[in-house]
Amino acid sequence: MKHWAIWLPLALFGVLFAVFATGLIAPADRTIASQMIGKPLPQFDLPQAVPDRPALARTNFTDGKPKLLNVFASWCVPCIAEAPYLQQLADAGVEINGVAIRDRSPDVQQFLARNGNPYARIGADDVSKIQFDLGSSGVPETFVIDGQGMIRYQHIGDIRPEHVPMILQKLKEAQ
Amino acid sequence: MIRGLILMVLAMLAAPLAAQDSLPPAPYAYKQLDDPAQEKTAQDLMMTLRCLTCQSQSIADSDAPMAGDMRHQVRTRIAEGEDPEAIRAWLIERYGDWVSYQPQVTAMTWPLFAAPIVLLLFAALIARKRFGRARATGDKS
Amino acid sequence: MIAEIALAMLWLAAALAVLQLVLGSYALTVRGAEFLPAVRPIAVVQGVLVAIAFALLIVLFLRTDLSVKLVAANSHSLKPIIYKVAGAWGNHEGSMLLWVTVMGMAGGFVALLERRLNERTMVATLAGQAFVSLGFYAFMLFSSNPFERLNPAPAEGNGLNPLLQDPGLAFHPPTLYIGYVGLSIAFSFAIGALITRDVGPAFARAMRPWVMGAWIFLTLGITAGSWWAYYELGWGGWWFWDPVENASLMPWLAATALLHSVSVLATRNALKAWTVMLAVVAFSMSMVGTFLVRSGILTSVHAFAVDPERGSFILALLAIYIGGALALFGLRASTVTEGARFHLFSREGALVMNNVLLVGVLGIVLMGTLYPLVTEAFDTKVSVGPPYFNPVSAIFVFPMLIIMAAGPLMRWRSDNGRKLSSLMAVPALAAAVALALVVVFAGDIGILPLLGLVFAAGLAIASVLPLWKRNLRRTPAHIYGMVIAHLGIAVALAGMASESAFNTEKLVASEFGQSHTVGPWTIELQGVKPIAGANWTALEARLVARYGDSNVQTVLNPQSRMFASPPTATNEAALLTRWNGQLYAVLGEEGDDGRWQLRLWWKPFVPLIWYGGLMIGLGGILALVGRTSRDRRRKDEPEFEPTAAPAPDPAVAGGKEALA
Repeated sequence: MKHWAIWLPLALFGVLFAVFATGLIAPADRTIASQMIGKPLPQFDLPQAVPDRPALARTNFTDGKPKLLNVFASWCVPCIAEAPYLQQLADAGVEINGVAIRDRSPDVQQFLARNGNPYARIGADDVSKIQFDLGSSGVPETFVIDGQGMIRYQHIGDIRPEHVPMILQKLKEAQ
Repeated sequence: MIRGLILMVLAMLAAPLAAQDSLPPAPYAYKQLDDPAQEKTAQDLMMTLRCLTCQSQSIADSDAPMAGDMRHQVRTRIAEGEDPEAIRAWLIERYGDWVSYQPQVTAMTWPLFAAPIVLLLFAALIARKRFGRARATGDKS
Repeated sequence: MIAEIALAMLWLAAALAVLQLVLGSYALTVRGAEFLPAVRPIAVVQGVLVAIAFALLIVLFLRTDLSVKLVAANSHSLKPIIYKVAGAWGNHEGSMLLWVTVMGMAGGFVALLERRLNERTMVATLAGQAFVSLGFYAFMLFSSNPFERLNPAPAEGNGLNPLLQDPGLAFHPPTLYIGYVGLSIAFSFAIGALITRDVGPAFARAMRPWVMGAWIFLTLGITAGSWWAYYELGWGGWWFWDPVENASLMPWLAATALLHSVSVLATRNALKAWTVMLAVVAFSMSMVGTFLVRSGILTSVHAFAVDPERGSFILALLAIYIGGALALFGLRASTVTEGARFHLFSREGALVMNNVLLVGVLGIVLMGTLYPLVTEAFDTKVSVGPPYFNPVSAIFVFPMLIIMAAGPLMRWRSDNGRKLSSLMAVPALAAAVALALVVVFAGDIGILPLLGLVFAAGLAIASVLPLWKRNLRRTPAHIYGMVIAHLGIAVALAGMASESAFNTEKLVASEFGQSHTVGPWTIELQGVKPIAGANWTALEARLVARYGDSNVQTVLNPQSRMFASPPTATNEAALLTRWNGQLYAVLGEEGDDGRWQLRLWWKPFVPLIWYGGLMIGLGGILALVGRTSRDRRRKDEPEFEPTAAPAPDPAVAGGKEALA
């Protein structure tokens, strides 16, 4: 065998080692980010989830004012944790539209009665269709939508106090 | 390996346990299409789409509710006559290449497809060199 | 007390491993030759000590000694006994102890049994084995101590993951593990032979039984694992090219190649450097697999944190052992003397080609498994799954099957092809008949399943041809072993192809008394009732199945189980096996309308996958027993294959050895 070929296995192992080491040093980010940022919100028209809030459709996002689209559910524990901070955002004048995923109306009403209701509108999605439209892979997630119906930002997981100013900033940028 | 198995197993279980929603599964999550040909098309596609919440299973073999919802999407769209590759593209547009177990040929993934060719060429090269020369020297002696 | 004694045993064993390494290395120098005889006993005692430590861990689990952290975290007093025992290795620390136990015991057995090898090579091998063991001793003693105490002891343990509470799975991991770690002996033999520059038939014959033994365990372990995934996960899938599955396949591919090349080296004194290389690669793949699984860099689930500390430790071990061995290979391979020569068109040539193709598949599996990690570094997420692995590995596997069919019928050194072409007509005919049958009766089943069935038919016939015109009673056991193992490949392939071609699936929401058809079966749901087991409760359905027009009724009882500790739900599928396939039934949830979800599959010929796997393992056992007794009968004579009267072909006399 040629001399260089003898060292080939060691060289290949070197590559393997480098791959492993990078994998360890910079562990992969396991969240599946939406690829829809910067693209227009797809068409949707969801039925009303609770009696005291109107239903939600794409047309509600094209009045020129940036809004939040929050995907939540009564069965989702982190959604309880983020409720106060969504309320903070609502108190700061942000319009938040919610979509209740795979949920029953009485359960949603109970959830809102217990944890507060920061939503201007709430749509009901029984088959997670809106999540596939948005490129969302879990609950809760919050999207910043600008006044023309463009998706500008995706927040994965519950909103914590430190995220509130950042989200307000994103809304401002979406003006 | 044992730990690996445990991780794998827990991974598969984690999703259904984490999401305790109360709604029944989406209509086509556990229901087949009436047309067997369409169902087969849907099934073949579902085997190659990755479950979003369980992460190491296809949607064709996961009990996670979101995998069920995704099966519903696939079956409904197939029933409406949509092309399976269009459905794949629709999901890739939203979740990136990650969602498909079938890697697309891109600037990033071409080595995956070049690898078998390179390996075969390399093997052929070695064989030719060794045995080709072997025959030549053999003839001389 | 037991835990402390066990820990002391472990430290002692580690100390002996240091001694084995130091003394062994010194004994190889000119001045240290007098110490050569001391190394074997040390290896034996080290093996005994570590085995005692492992036995004591099992005792701790049997007694559910909750003051030991590992027991508290993984066991429960109410668990059935076999799962208490299985709990000992069903976790990181315990499985690492199993790892060093297998290494230590393998070293001990080699020291006790192997008498043919040059003593210096033997001592170098044992020193190498100790060197590798030491890394894992250190890993365990400094970062994964299985005997750590917990103070105060909890009142009850956490239990073992319910999915693992299955008789098959209790023994699948250790089987696989023995295979992985058994390859360490081949690795050490390779190191030993490189150090003493003693690569030859004696080395190959010494190594062969260990490679075969490890390979048998790997084969059976993978077969059992696939069977477990098939029936326990409730979706009827048997292989998904998951990173963890691939991690077990890669050492098997390398070991399969090694198994064949080591035979060429033992019999024909050829393929020297290539065999050494494969021995290094095989155990390297075991270590890579362990790294992939334990570092968590590929098992991508949020809920289970990556353990970078463990990962870094194993990565360091990889760098030392794999890097070191490959560097040694680079330095010494050119000094390995050239082996016997042969023609490309010969049995050696066929074995070499298949070795290369096997390594090709290994390369593809390794690359496909790791590729998502590579793109991740560039912020792109991709998934590589069955739609990639199936066709790409097929590019290598189908040519391999042809060579596999022809190889055993060829002569050593050089074959003129006359006899071969007349013999190969039979399997070719079988393949053609299979092709016609499938096309006529099954229609379009997809290209890979079609090729699979056709090749399986051809290979099945070809693999028994080596027995043609032989005196069957005087045919040595290892020939039968080869025939059965190759036939096993054909059988498994037929099962795999049928599984993807002929499955019928039925998903229904069923009322009581309602009948459903799947394939040739009619199945009625008669009721669902709660039942209780040792540490679980379940809902159990009563399904009555009838085949075709037959009036014979068979009851199936699929369950959905709830385990209390840890709280987990599992699906227990009900299987009904017939000669021509398997009926697979799973009970799902109850809907709002009181209908029960049922998943029913009719999977024609699917059990062939595992029967094939068992045949491959059985063939390995026959070959191992046959070879070992043969080697023992005639220790010093060179081996000659009865079929292998070398053809005096002048054209190859000057042929050069391939790949060495």
